Amino acid sequence: MGTGWAHMGTSIVASFLASLVECVEALTVVLAVGSVRGWRSALTGTTTAIAVLLIIIAALGTALAHIPLPIVQLAVGTLLLLFGLRWLRKAILRSAGLIPLRDEQAAFQKNTEAMHRLAIGSATWDKIAFAAAFNITMLEGTEVVFIVIAIGAGHTGMLLPASLGAVAALFVVIALGLILHRPLARIPENTLKFIVGVLLSAFGTFWVGEGLHLAWPGADWSIPALIAAYLSLALAIVPLCRSRSQTVSSST
Amino acid sequence: MKWLKNILREIFGLFVDDGSFALAILIWLAVMRWATPRLNIPSGITGVILFAGLALILAESAARYSRHKQ
Repeated sequence: MGTGWAHMGTSIVASFLASLVECVEALTVVLAVGSVRGWRSALTGTTTAIAVLLIIIAALGTALAHIPLPIVQLAVGTLLLLFGLRWLRKAILRSAGLIPLRDEQAAFQKNTEAMHRLAIGSATWDKIAFAAAFNITMLEGTEVVFIVIAIGAGHTGMLLPASLGAVAALFVVIALGLILHRPLARIPENTLKFIVGVLLSAFGTFWVGEGLHLAWPGADWSIPALIAAYLSLALAIVPLCRSRSQTVSSST
Repeated sequence: MKWLKNILREIFGLFVDDGSFALAILIWLAVMRWATPRLNIPSGITGVILFAGLALILAESAARYSRHKQ
């Protein structure tokens, strides 16, 4: 009896902690995307990904454990990387003054007004926010599913405790998101867009590396290092682009 | 079929706005996939090499855009 509870307890705690790490990673991106592009589409993307994952789990059950994780990591990671680097490149060019922010705002306003005229109103659909939130939730969610299966498969009847640990982690992270989303709204939009680009690129690079069986120094700890590296790189490219465009314009 | 084309174009546009930039990323990933098991690269630095290539592609693409913008 004691041993059973000990196994159950360790399964819950192990699943909770491992899932917490993955959920926090997803939360970081979803919060940033929601702050920049709006909460409706970001949350729709997140909940859609969770729903898709639940359907897959219900349909396939433990057969999921037989799908090679690297294939999922490589496929979704490549999409995340293409998406993230595209976003970061645009943020760099915007910060360098090569893509005028004011024009984008005007275009956004024009689109919003047009949609109001079409009586779409608050139901505006942001596919970029949806895709970013969906991708990251799918990736981290798949990790959580594999964690639950791996921990739950260790002993008979441990799948439920492992699932409870993962669900508890999800609720903790949702609470964290509710607390953090308001302070985030005070950060300037352009800065947030820059941060989102950095985050998506860093996560995309990490997952592609995992999918390609590349070695990351410090395993998951290389994610903060990748974030710092992309941020430093982007901040270094901005003045370079600015000076390059000025040099070209003065010589023509 | 036009609606399907539109949807596919929209999805494509989410991931690609500069074709050569996206292509360079995909080529670099293919090179990494092909080269890492074949070349005798120390395993501790393969992730760093992946990042370095992507960083170079990003810097080159942004610099190229800034040259052509003016």
